[in-house]
Amino acid sequence: MVWFYLLSGLFLGWSLGANNAANIFGTAVGTRMVKFKVAALVTGVFVILGAVISGAGASDTLGDLGAVNALAGSFTLALAAALTVTWMTRLKLPVSTSQAIVGGIIGWNLFTGSPTDFTSLTKIVSTWVASPILAAIFAIIIYQIVKFFINKTRIHVLELDIITRFSLILVGAFGAYSLGANNIANVMGVFVPAAPFKNLNVGGWFTMSGTQQLFLVGAIAIAVGIYTYSYRVMLTVGNELYKLTPITALIAVLSESLVLFIFASQRLEAWLIAHGLPPIPLVPVSSSQAVIGAVIGIGLIKGGKGINYAVLGKIASGWITTPIVAGIISFIMLFFMQNVFEREVVHATDYDLSQVVIERLAQEKIPVIPLEKLENKNFHSASQFRQTLLRYHDWDENQLNIIFKFAKKDSFFVDLSQVPEKVLKDNLSDEQYAGLKKLNGRAFGYKWQFNNALEKANAAWQPLPGRNALLYNDDLQKKKMFVYRIFKVSRQK
Amino acid sequence: MLFKKTRELEAQIDEYLDLVDRGAMLFMEGIRFYFENRKDEFEQRMEDLRRTESKGDALRRLIENRVYSHTLIPESRGDVLGILESTDKVLNMTSDTLLEFSVEHPGFLTELNALYLDLARATTSATESMIKAIRQYFRDLGAVRDYINKVYFFEKESDKIAEKIKRIIFQKEIDLSHQVQMRYFAYHIERIADEAEDVCDRLTIATIKRHE
Repeated sequence: MVWFYLLSGLFLGWSLGANNAANIFGTAVGTRMVKFKVAALVTGVFVILGAVISGAGASDTLGDLGAVNALAGSFTLALAAALTVTWMTRLKLPVSTSQAIVGGIIGWNLFTGSPTDFTSLTKIVSTWVASPILAAIFAIIIYQIVKFFINKTRIHVLELDIITRFSLILVGAFGAYSLGANNIANVMGVFVPAAPFKNLNVGGWFTMSGTQQLFLVGAIAIAVGIYTYSYRVMLTVGNELYKLTPITALIAVLSESLVLFIFASQRLEAWLIAHGLPPIPLVPVSSSQAVIGAVIGIGLIKGGKGINYAVLGKIASGWITTPIVAGIISFIMLFFMQNVFEREVVHATDYDLSQVVIERLAQEKIPVIPLEKLENKNFHSASQFRQTLLRYHDWDENQLNIIFKFAKKDSFFVDLSQVPEKVLKDNLSDEQYAGLKKLNGRAFGYKWQFNNALEKANAAWQPLPGRNALLYNDDLQKKKMFVYRIFKVSRQK
Repeated sequence: MLFKKTRELEAQIDEYLDLVDRGAMLFMEGIRFYFENRKDEFEQRMEDLRRTESKGDALRRLIENRVYSHTLIPESRGDVLGILESTDKVLNMTSDTLLEFSVEHPGFLTELNALYLDLARATTSATESMIKAIRQYFRDLGAVRDYINKVYFFEKESDKIAEKIKRIIFQKEIDLSHQVQMRYFAYHIERIADEAEDVCDRLTIATIKRHE
């Protein structure tokens, strides 16, 4: 069954390859500097490498947006996203798989009544605006530098041609690698918990984890998409929007890759923080938007006359319709999945409003008077909880998000005798371990309670204030997630 | 490694332009010897020019083949090949003109000799500047304009000289057939500069395109 569900992920991978590969080599193929066959081979190989080697960990932001917790739900929303991207590909429009997935997740949230985290959504949507603008700025700056350099060095046209070709392939390979690393999470991320693969030792050379094998399968689907269908979108990016020369094509791909790098590099973030500069949020951005931004930037610095505004309008409207269409398709298909095929698209999650929860919500400045009528009532699904809440008060989405966060029931039991000491000591600092020891034997009904207890146990579990502590706090959060996972009591017990 | 083939092609293009340049110089020498009545030396220069011309043809075809079969400079190859082909026309015209001198052995009024030599000098200068402009197109777009301006200047000069020659010819009381023949040779020399001007028109457009 898992294999069947995986099919929609592979379909999504295929559609990603068919559409997004165009962003990397579209300009090069469009200007005839790189042959389609070479472009497809390089993209395929480097997408696979990027996905397998550094694909893990990019799905965090999507995870925050909404936690799709049932396999049939993941299947359906991946399918909805894939259908949307395929449709846009038929229209020869470069769109973003991330956008389709975000639309799909919001569709799932709406269908299941789960709250949407507006902070994450704003963060993601703002990058949809920021990344094309940033790419355009990069393109303009790089254009000026390259122009100055070419005028200074007086390099022969033919040598420049060879250098440009070589750089296009090099930068394209880098772009493909980051695309794989960045976007494989969109394709396969939702299937990670259910991956049917065991660790595999390849000829004694290296070991591939189950997740890496899953990503490999997904990346192969992307590569197939590149080979079978990406040519059309490549020509839109490379030719129709704005007539690029080979050198401006190179500038476009370089700007795009830089934008992907900036929004995905943890090292750059660490460097910025270490030097007291404002960090850039690590969000998977859309390569389509970046490359279109870069092309527009080049068009503008050359006077803006050659830009085909009709095509630009078509592409931009595709960016608005993609998440909406994916959301609607996801919503409708989830309905059929649940009611016609009787598949579980959402795991039942329990919510209640006990005394402690209400007190905690009061601290968060939530008006608790309407909640007191619901005190100690149990709710077995997000939609039931949401409907009941709305019957008593007109909550806004942000308030609902907070109520959902604190009312979600969980079950943790800290029993250090059940966990090998080595596992904990390997993953936690000595002080953190000491703090955890103080909680031995205690049980918690909510995640936030467990968190409070940890923070009270000792200073090693407390987040630090201030911007400079961003990385420290990120790391602390990961440690906490690790502890939650270990001491969670599953419902079957 | 990476540049080996490119450098070869670069060298071929340079060699081709050298041939056109040498053609222009041979033409000038040929005309000078003709008017100085040194017929043997004239015939020798004409033979040299014809050889240079056929060598140029072969080399140009080789360059065209290489550029197209390796899809080099896809954006500007149409322009580059167009320029090389029209340069070839200039070379052909110099060679054809000397050939006509050799075939027809035209007799000129002695008072016109200096003017014909001036005319040939102006067209040769136009051709030489054209070659320089083309060489700069490959390396330094900013410098192309300077040489193109020179070509336009020499072309205007040749127009003026040719006009003067024609006016003088038709004011004389001589056979119409002789008048027509003398005019015909002024016209042929002048046309070489016109052709160089056409090459530069193409070159101007190609330069603007590459500036983008």
